[in-house]
Amino acid sequence: MNANIYRHELLARLKSVLIWSLAIAYLILFNFSMFPVFADQAAMMNEFLARYPRELRAAFGLDRMDLSTVSGFYSFIFFFVQLCLAIQASNYGFGLVSVEESELTADFLLSKPVSRSQVLTSKLLAALTSLTITNLVAWACSFTAVLLFRGARAYEPRTLLLLLGSIVIFQLFFLNVGLVISLLVKRVRSVTPYGLGLGFGAYVLNAFSGILGDVKLELITPFKHFDPTYIVQHAAYNTPLLLLNAAVTVISLAASYWLYIRRDIPAVS
Amino acid sequence: MSIIEVSHLTKYYGKARGIVDVSFAEEEGEIFGFIGPNGAGKSTTIRLLLSLIHPTSGGAKVFGKDVLAHGPEIRRDIGYLPSEVFYYEGMKVIDLLKYSASFYAHDCTRRLHELSEIMELELHRRISDLSYGNKKKVGIVQGLLHSPKLLLLDEPTAGLDPLMQRKFFDLIRAENSRGVTVFFSSHILGEVQRLCSRVGIIREGRIAEISDIRTLQQNNYKKVGVTAAELNPAAFDLPGVTNVQTEDGTVRFFFKGDINTVLRKISGIQVMDVTIEEPTLEEIFMHYYE
Repeated sequence: MNANIYRHELLARLKSVLIWSLAIAYLILFNFSMFPVFADQAAMMNEFLARYPRELRAAFGLDRMDLSTVSGFYSFIFFFVQLCLAIQASNYGFGLVSVEESELTADFLLSKPVSRSQVLTSKLLAALTSLTITNLVAWACSFTAVLLFRGARAYEPRTLLLLLGSIVIFQLFFLNVGLVISLLVKRVRSVTPYGLGLGFGAYVLNAFSGILGDVKLELITPFKHFDPTYIVQHAAYNTPLLLLNAAVTVISLAASYWLYIRRDIPAVS
Repeated sequence: MSIIEVSHLTKYYGKARGIVDVSFAEEEGEIFGFIGPNGAGKSTTIRLLLSLIHPTSGGAKVFGKDVLAHGPEIRRDIGYLPSEVFYYEGMKVIDLLKYSASFYAHDCTRRLHELSEIMELELHRRISDLSYGNKKKVGIVQGLLHSPKLLLLDEPTAGLDPLMQRKFFDLIRAENSRGVTVFFSSHILGEVQRLCSRVGIIREGRIAEISDIRTLQQNNYKKVGVTAAELNPAAFDLPGVTNVQTEDGTVRFFFKGDINTVLRKISGIQVMDVTIEEPTLEEIFMHYYE
């Protein structure tokens, strides 16, 4: 690890981290502030939702979710938190080394006395730190929201901890998969379309598998691996899917090192 | 000891040719000129030396160490100036230079300020606000601030005004006289002629010739010009004569061979003026590309 590369990377991403963290804080606090209303009108709410087509409810996991409980309502919001986290982590993954190449600063960095693996390790740790800042904001806001707005209703801290605990594994998946894809394609010209594509694509895939019922597409999307509804219902992770998720992350990480060390840095042209 | 030792280095980008079977060596303290037109493989060679790219076959050593196995260690003592410089746009010049300096173990602050003063660099401006020439100056300071033992310059003068070019050449000469080895790639022959002691000519990815800059000029063509009344260009139809041109009663041609045969021919003519000159590197160079 090189402290100077780490610091440089962290500073370069600071603004982005602040914006994502604020967006997620707003998402959690604002939406959860509506919980008392939902909970009081639970019967009406459930009746209202029942009017939506079954497929639509399935796409959001609403068919198995009770919005009148703290965990149920929180897990519904958590769905959208996951979407934001996925796009953020994918962006960082895709941009990790490709930004240096598209902005042509890779020559500067790699002609310095550092090895490729040192560069990649420093960059990964900096990105992980950035993601952890957002993660901590999500933790803080979630507990604040639940404590402020749950009123007299009980909640199971275990479920909340399980949901929040899944964030870091979830982020690592998108960071590493984004990184390995960016190294497999010849040149990433712009990070945003790729990041949105991966984050949103995985989300849509999960929604689809919800609509279509028992389709095996869900196996490849982290939105299924860490399905909030499942975690709330079982008060546990889906262990086989968790292991599958971790395996994909580890393989992507190893492949990224292998590819990056052997990579030909494209010249200015 | 050879500072750079390149042996049978070959690089293909997929099917596209980078360089083919390039071999040469540069000794300590030399200024080696590497000339060739755009796309001949000059940048490819330099990027291989920095292990920014990996060879298809063959290998290279810098400071006696393999560039792939000892990259980071070698790069500690290399200063690199690319033909086009790109830096983190949002940074200030001084922050970029400090970031650059932070990669080296010793303190580079004094040298950083010395060089910035010589190159008249405005340290507190943002990189994104700099003109091309000014970015280039940042590149020069950045490439030299850690007092490297080997300078890899890839068409370094592009974008510099003549005044800055001269300052830059003075700087390179000063570094060289401290014992710094310089590898200077260029397609502008005049500057190579001014600076370098030995040159390699690269053409379509292959080394066409490596020689001393003097021998290159001496063992080569002479430029002969003869001015005389009613001169018939056919009179110089000798073996070794090429490029015959007639203009206002002056016949000019290139000659390679025993100069006495030309002199004997000229002595038989009532001439008004005769010139025999060394060809410029430019003219020699064109010959390799014919």
